[in-house]
Amino acid sequence: MELLTFGDTGWGDELFRATLMTIAVSITAMLIGFSFAAIFTPLKLSKFKTLNLIANIYTTVIRGVPELLVIYLFFFGGSGAIMFVASMFGYNEYIEINAFLTGSFAIGIISGAYSTEVFRGAIQSIDKGQFEAAKVLGLSKFKQFYKIILPQMLRLAIPNLSNVWQITLKDTSLISVTGLVEIMRQSYIAAGSTRDPLFFYSFAAVLYLLLTYISMKLINKLEARYSRGY
Amino acid sequence: MDFDLMINSFPKLLNATFITLKLLSASLIIGLFVGLIFAILRLNKNIIVNRFAYGYSYIFRGTPLLVQIFIIYFGLGQIEYLRTSFLWVILKEPYWCAIIAFALNTGAYTSEILRSAFQTIKPGIVEAGKSLGISNKIIFYKIQIPIAIRQSLPAYGNEIILMLKGTSLASTVTLMDLTGVAKYIISTTFKPIEVFIVAGGIYLFLTFLIHNLIKFLERKYSY
Repeated sequence: MELLTFGDTGWGDELFRATLMTIAVSITAMLIGFSFAAIFTPLKLSKFKTLNLIANIYTTVIRGVPELLVIYLFFFGGSGAIMFVASMFGYNEYIEINAFLTGSFAIGIISGAYSTEVFRGAIQSIDKGQFEAAKVLGLSKFKQFYKIILPQMLRLAIPNLSNVWQITLKDTSLISVTGLVEIMRQSYIAAGSTRDPLFFYSFAAVLYLLLTYISMKLINKLEARYSRGY
Repeated sequence: MDFDLMINSFPKLLNATFITLKLLSASLIIGLFVGLIFAILRLNKNIIVNRFAYGYSYIFRGTPLLVQIFIIYFGLGQIEYLRTSFLWVILKEPYWCAIIAFALNTGAYTSEILRSAFQTIKPGIVEAGKSLGISNKIIFYKIQIPIAIRQSLPAYGNEIILMLKGTSLASTVTLMDLTGVAKYIISTTFKPIEVFIVAGGIYLFLTFLIHNLIKFLERKYSY
């Protein structure tokens, strides 16, 4: 137990900060995922075949390729891509991008592919009459979506989004390979310096269980809120 | 685009694909047994047995696969008792540690899939079997299990694909599977996009095969 004390002698404060980092990366990745979903869901539902194809390629490739491979692509390719863009503006120094941003972006793209499928399913299962009624009421396109479609879509999407959140939360453990100090990386460091991997990895497992448990409880509340009318 | 690199790395990556497939099939076979046992335990009326099975699936589904591999590969070696027992022959090999972690992980998901499949079997079917005078054992093996397998095929297909992606984590415990070799080539050539296209293409092809195999089985066993 003294291994977990706060301060210089124990790993408590380090692991606490690492847990906050995991939460921060998960939330950032989820939000990046939502912005990807906001772009690709309309493409999936579009009447144009080419747009459908683009969105389908995105979701199929990302969901069919291991997360670790995507992370390696961003980890090794990210700074190269940015340096290429920077060199076009005449900046030729080496640029190292932030591990937090690369990691969140890689996980965000993965989480976005799952979110896109969830939103597509939710919109498709809204009754057609709702779209027609919204139109008949003479609401503007924006209001149709914002006031009529979105609330119903969220109710249908929340249970599946909670799965996406769990997947995203667990995927953040993979960013540890890039050196970002989240739960997994911190446990690796602690295990290495104390030679007690069993304890620290088990403790990491407990931290992840706590995070999934707490987020489940919060999401259930959210779900109850959006199902008020039913 | 470096097409030469793509062509040159293809045979190496293809070789590594066999390791990925070996890991996948071994963990799926063991995982199916583990899943079936825990699904049956979940349906047990004894609350302790029931809770134990639920706890197993909750822990393995609630923690990242990476943690599970690390606990088994780095953690278990710390226990003196294990190091001296015959189990050490297995546990010192990263290959077997990865398979154990994958099998326990997929076993947890499979147990949930099978449990819900067993629960959706209409009671009338079991009652019909009973009224025909068939013994409980035969009802279970010849009626409930085949129906449960058919019911769980779509979900199990997804699980196979998730597990295929999961095997990529074997590269974190020094195994040179498809992702491991891809990472090695990327870090020596610094051409991530080319390698990603080839390795990702192989993974997508495997996903495509699994997807169609499950579709075929679904059609074959539909009623």
